[in-house]
Amino acid sequence: MTEINNQIVIIGGGHNGLVCASYLAKAGKQVTVLEAAGQVGGAAITREFAPGFKVSAGAHLLFMLDKTVCKELSLESAGLSFSQQNMTSTALAEDGNHLMIAGDSLQGANISSADQAAMKEYRRFMNRFAGIINRLNNRIPPRVGTKNRSDWIGLAKTALDVRMLGRDDMREFLRIAGINIYDILQENFENPLLKGALSLDGVLGTNLGPRSNNSVFCALHRLSGLQGMAVPRGGMGAVSNTLAMVAKQHGATIRTSATVSRILMDGDRVSGVELQDGEQITARTVVSNADPKKTFFDLLGARNLEAGFARRIQNIRMRGNVAKLHLALDGVPDFNGLNQNQLADRLLIAPDLDYVERAFNHSKYGEYSVKPVAEISIPSLHDDSLAPPGKHVLSAVVQYAPYQLKAGWSEEKAVLTDKVIDLLAAYAPGIRSQLVHKELLTPVDIENEFRISGGHWHHGELAIDQFLMLRPVPHSAQYASPVNGLFLCGAGSHPGGGVMGSAGRNAAHAVLGAKDIEGENS
Amino acid sequence: MSQINQDDKVKPIDFSTKAHYLTKAFRSPFYSRQEPLNHLKEWGRWADYLSPHAYTCSGIEYFAARNACTVFDLTPMTKYHISGKDALPFLNRLVTRDVSKIKPGRVGYCCWCDDAGQVIDDGTIFHLSENTYRLCSQERHMDWLMTNTLGFDVLLSEETHNVAALALQGPTSCATLKRMGLDGIENMKLFDIRHFNFEDTQLMVSRTGFTGDLGYELWIDPEHAEVLWDRLFEAGNLHGIKPMGDEALQMLRVEAGFIQAAHDFMPANATIRTGHTRSPFELGLGWLVDFKKPVFNGRRALLEEKKRGHRYNLVKLDIDGNKPGCDSYVFTKNKKRVGTVTSATWSPSAKASVALASLEAPHGKPGEELLVEIYYQKELKWSRVMAKARVVKEVFFDPPRKRQTPPADF
Repeated sequence: MTEINNQIVIIGGGHNGLVCASYLAKAGKQVTVLEAAGQVGGAAITREFAPGFKVSAGAHLLFMLDKTVCKELSLESAGLSFSQQNMTSTALAEDGNHLMIAGDSLQGANISSADQAAMKEYRRFMNRFAGIINRLNNRIPPRVGTKNRSDWIGLAKTALDVRMLGRDDMREFLRIAGINIYDILQENFENPLLKGALSLDGVLGTNLGPRSNNSVFCALHRLSGLQGMAVPRGGMGAVSNTLAMVAKQHGATIRTSATVSRILMDGDRVSGVELQDGEQITARTVVSNADPKKTFFDLLGARNLEAGFARRIQNIRMRGNVAKLHLALDGVPDFNGLNQNQLADRLLIAPDLDYVERAFNHSKYGEYSVKPVAEISIPSLHDDSLAPPGKHVLSAVVQYAPYQLKAGWSEEKAVLTDKVIDLLAAYAPGIRSQLVHKELLTPVDIENEFRISGGHWHHGELAIDQFLMLRPVPHSAQYASPVNGLFLCGAGSHPGGGVMGSAGRNAAHAVLGAKDIEGENS
Repeated sequence: MSQINQDDKVKPIDFSTKAHYLTKAFRSPFYSRQEPLNHLKEWGRWADYLSPHAYTCSGIEYFAARNACTVFDLTPMTKYHISGKDALPFLNRLVTRDVSKIKPGRVGYCCWCDDAGQVIDDGTIFHLSENTYRLCSQERHMDWLMTNTLGFDVLLSEETHNVAALALQGPTSCATLKRMGLDGIENMKLFDIRHFNFEDTQLMVSRTGFTGDLGYELWIDPEHAEVLWDRLFEAGNLHGIKPMGDEALQMLRVEAGFIQAAHDFMPANATIRTGHTRSPFELGLGWLVDFKKPVFNGRRALLEEKKRGHRYNLVKLDIDGNKPGCDSYVFTKNKKRVGTVTSATWSPSAKASVALASLEAPHGKPGEELLVEIYYQKELKWSRVMAKARVVKEVFFDPPRKRQTPPADF
C-alpha cells in the first residue's frame, strides 16, 4: 500500500510537468511522466520543420522562467545556456527608421526626449507593479472565505505588497491594473512606433486588443518574470530537455509516445491512468499538465465532476488567437535599415496603436487580421545548430488568427501564410526569393500538435477573472482538483502561461501537502 | 476543442398553442371545470398558472380531504421528462440519493444540491420505464438541469404544460377510482405507478401525494383533462368528493410534515445571502444522502459538513394553545432566540397548533422544550403570547391507511 501511495503519474511532459516531476522525485516520490508526443516539452520544443531547419515550434522567446525553479533545480549547471540574452526589441518601420527599445532606453525613430524620459518612468512603475505579481507567482494561491491561517496570511501579504507601494504608486496601480493599455500608452508617450510596440506586451497571446480592458494586467503579468528576453541555445526544446534530464537525475521516469486516454477512478478518487494502447498504470496521485478542459472533460469525464464545477470549467475562456509562422531561408534576410546584429533582436511589427487595434477587430468576428501584428525572431543568427551553414530560420508569432475562423482553416491557412509573408516582404523585400520552406500553425494546428484545447498558449486567457485563486476556476486553483488524488500543474493553473515552471513547482508543493476528503468508500 | 454542446439535449417548449401572453397567466386544462366550482372567484398563481386558494372554504376542503376525498389540480407543478442512455447516471449525479433503487414503475422522493451541498429543491422521480424518468418539483430548474447534462447522453424536456395532473387524496380516494373503472387500483402500493386505458387514451396513476394520507395522483394528456375531471366527480359523488385549493393543502402538508421550497428552505440557486440556504442534513433529509455514490452534486461539501457538524435542524413543533405560530421566532426557555417557524397551521386532526421550524444546532432534539413568540390579532387589536412548544419526532398525522394495501373499501 505504501508503495502505491508513493506512486505519482504526471500526464504530459511539458515544462511544468517536468518541473513538477523533479520536485516530487526530489521529495522521494516514484514519479512517471507520460508524454504523448515523441519528445518532451509540450509547447516548449525545438523541432525540425524542413530538412535541416529546426525551430522553437511553440514558445520562441524565454523571459519568464522562474528564477527560484532555475536555482532550486540548478538548471544552469545542468547545461541550460542561452544564445541571446537581454534582447533589444526593435519596432520596425516600413521606411527603415526603426525604434530600438533596450530596457528603458530608446534609440532611433526620431524619438523625442520627452518620450525618453517618459520611458524611464513607465519602466519604473510597470516593473514595480509587476513585482507584486512576481511575488504571487511562487505561491499557492490563497483561498477566499476560509478560516485557514495560511490563506489569510497569503491574502494579507498581497494586500501589504500593494500598500507598501506608497500612496501615489498604490493609487496608480489600483487605477490601471484593470484597464486597457491603449489609454496608458496614450497618457505617457508620443511616438506611434513606441506605443505600438509596447502595446504588444499587453496583447500577445491573448484575445485582447490594446483597447480591451485587462490588457494592462496582461502586460504586468508578462513583465512579472522581471528579466529580459532570451533565446535558449538549441531553441526552446533545450529548456525542456534540461528539465527532463534533471527530473531523471532525481529519479523520475519519463516515457514519451505514451498517450494517456483516460484517468481511472476507484470510487471517489483517482486510481491511475489508461494509455491509448490499453496499458493501465496505477497511482494514488495523478498530476495533469494538460489544460483544464482536456483534463476534466476528455481524460476524466464531466460526469465524474459535480455539475457547478463542470460548468465553470466549460466556461473557461481559452480560444487561441495566435498563429505561428516558421520560415526556412537560404540566406540572411535583408530587413530595411537593420544590420545583421540588429536582425537578431526581437523584431516587432506593430507600427502604431490603431494598427494593432484594427488587427484585433477582425478576430472578434471570426476573421484573421488582414494586416496582422508580428513578433519575429531569427534564432539561427546566433545558434548554428538550428539551420545548415549560411541558412536561417525565422520564427514569428502572428496575431490575430482566431481558433474559430468563420471560413474554416482548411483553405484559409494558405491564404494567411501568404499574407504574412507579404507583410514581412514590406520590411524585407527580398524574403520571398529566399524561401526554402514555410509552415504556419493556426490555433487549430496548435491544438492538435500540442494537445491544448482551443490552441490557447496559456491554457486559458490570462485575465483578472482567471488569475490567482480564480485560475483555472475556484475549487481547483490550489492545484488540487475536486477529485481526490487529481492535481493540475499546467499553465491553466496559477500563475499561468509563458515558459515559467512556477505552476509545476507550486503544484508539487500542493501534492506533497495534500489530504483527501474522506468518503465512505474511499 | 473540449467544449460539450448541450443545445441538442433539450427539446424546446412549443408555446404557439398557449395564449398565456393574453391573460398573463396560464389556464389549467381543468379551468373550464374549476371556474364554475370556484365560488370565491379568487385565483392565486402557482408557477404562472391560475390556481384557486380555495373553492368554497379551506376548512371544509381540509375535512373533505381527511374524511372523504378531494381533487387538487397539480398541473402547474414543474415536470421534466428525462430520457436517454445516461438518464440513470445523470439523475444519480444530480440528486443525493441512489436512484438505481427506484425501479421502473416506482416513484422516489429526492432532493438535489448545488456543489456547496445546499438544497436547490426537493421533488419526486417517476421511473416511467427503462431509461425514462419524470422529475417533479416546486421550482423551475431547466438551467441547472441543462448544466447537469454536460458529459451525459440524455434528452431533457419540460413537460409541465403537456401533462394534466390531479391529486385525488383522502380515505375514499381508492374507492372512487375503483368506481371510475380502474381495475386493480386497490393493489397499488405506496409509490407504485400504473397505466390504465381510459377514454381511448392512457391514464397514468401513481400512489403518491402531498397530504400524508391515502391518495393518488392522476396524469393524463391535456386533451382528456376535462373528461377525467367529469368522470372523477361522477364516480366520487357518493364518496364525498370535493375540489380543493392551496390553503387546505398547506394545512394537510404541514400536518404530514412535508417541507416545501421557498417556505421551509430557500432554493440554493435563488438565494443571494450567504447562510440563508440549507443542506439536506439541516432539513431532516439526511436519509436521502447516499455517500456510497462516488460522485453527486454537493457530495464533497456534505462530507465536510458531516465532519464539521451542521448549522441548523428543521424540526416539528407541537405548540400549546390554538394560535398558529406563523412566521414566529423560537426561543429557548432562557429566552435565547434560536430559530424561526417556517410553516405553521392549526391541525384539526391533531387538535393542536403545529409547526415546522428551523433551529440553530444543536437545538431541536426531540423532547426539547421551547417558546414560540406568536403575534395574533383580534378585531385589529394585536396580542402576543410566548407559547410553550415541544420538539416532536413523529409527524402530526400519519394514518395506517396511507400505506395499507389494499386500502379499506367505502
